[in-house]
Amino acid sequence: MINVIWALMAIIGIVYAMFNGTMEQVNEALFEGASDAITLVISLSSVLVFWLGMMRVAEQAGILKGFAKLFRPIVKRLFPDIPDGHPAMGYILANFSANLFGLGNAATPMGIKAMEEMKKISKSDQASNSMITFLVINTSSLTLVPTTVIGIRMEYSSAAPTEIVASTILATFITTVSAITIDRLLQKSRQN
Amino acid sequence: MIEWMTVISIWLVPVTVMMILIVAIIKKVPAYEVFVEGGKEGLKMSISLLPFLLGMLVAIAILRSSGALDAFIGLLQPILSKIGIPAEIAPLAILRPISGTAALSVTTEIIKTYGPDSFLGRLASTMQGSTDTTLYILTVYFGAVGIKKMGNALKVGLIADFIGIIVSVIIVSWLFL
Repeated sequence: MINVIWALMAIIGIVYAMFNGTMEQVNEALFEGASDAITLVISLSSVLVFWLGMMRVAEQAGILKGFAKLFRPIVKRLFPDIPDGHPAMGYILANFSANLFGLGNAATPMGIKAMEEMKKISKSDQASNSMITFLVINTSSLTLVPTTVIGIRMEYSSAAPTEIVASTILATFITTVSAITIDRLLQKSRQN
Repeated sequence: MIEWMTVISIWLVPVTVMMILIVAIIKKVPAYEVFVEGGKEGLKMSISLLPFLLGMLVAIAILRSSGALDAFIGLLQPILSKIGIPAEIAPLAILRPISGTAALSVTTEIIKTYGPDSFLGRLASTMQGSTDTTLYILTVYFGAVGIKKMGNALKVGLIADFIGIIVSVIIVSWLFL
């Protein structure tokens, strides 16, 4: 699916530019998009190096395992195919906590580690059920305090910059629960 | 409660780092060596991530710069407003899953134009906070570990985004109108 979507995005854009007379902009954007990716990867690599380094220390010190054991009852229901005490559990929890506190840059490296561990369990280059559940929870956002948005609201002199926190948490909660439900329903239809 | 949450999110990272290092020293883990070891892995990971991100960002850039994305938004606007999503918010709803930076600039624009405490300002704030860039997350997470078949992750992610948009409209209308 992603192959077709990706190709279609580019093809539609180029065909549209033919009729719209925006080929020059497309030509520029091609290279700008590419150099944006380099900038993004460089800023991402600083976070990845720091957090994966820190996480390796936490893992060696047995912290991730303890963390995973503590929250096992909750996570177990969401990810039934991850065995007890597997490091994937620890990384998933670390990713969720970082997301909840709005630490987006810390969440990504832990999420990638979680994916890596889940791949070790499934031993396939096909997305496993746990991976899909994990990503669906991530894409529906888990933020408790949307700091970026609060910042923008402050900048434009809101009378109550944080008043959207309650609505955000409520919306996030409902979205995440429905995402998990849809994921479960589709999982069942996939297996049948 | 919100002040508390802000304090927690500022303290969390430094305190987590401190705790990890204290436990490591107690358990006699060679902290620095292990850190460097893990860091090397992070560097490898970010390099392997580059082609995935570059491909996706280029495709998005083509779609945006050609004007096709704007045309698509214009096309969807009347349909979305029929189900109760204000026309002004439609660009944000459509951009949010595709591009994080584009969505953030639309949110800023809406807050600037209509004011942060208007219905649209609150709606944009809630939508921005309660959803995430689905395409980016799938690209990075699946790309980093070399998953080729995504299953229905994209489908579920996009449905969830759509639900998030509808739910935001309902909640903001209910809480603030």
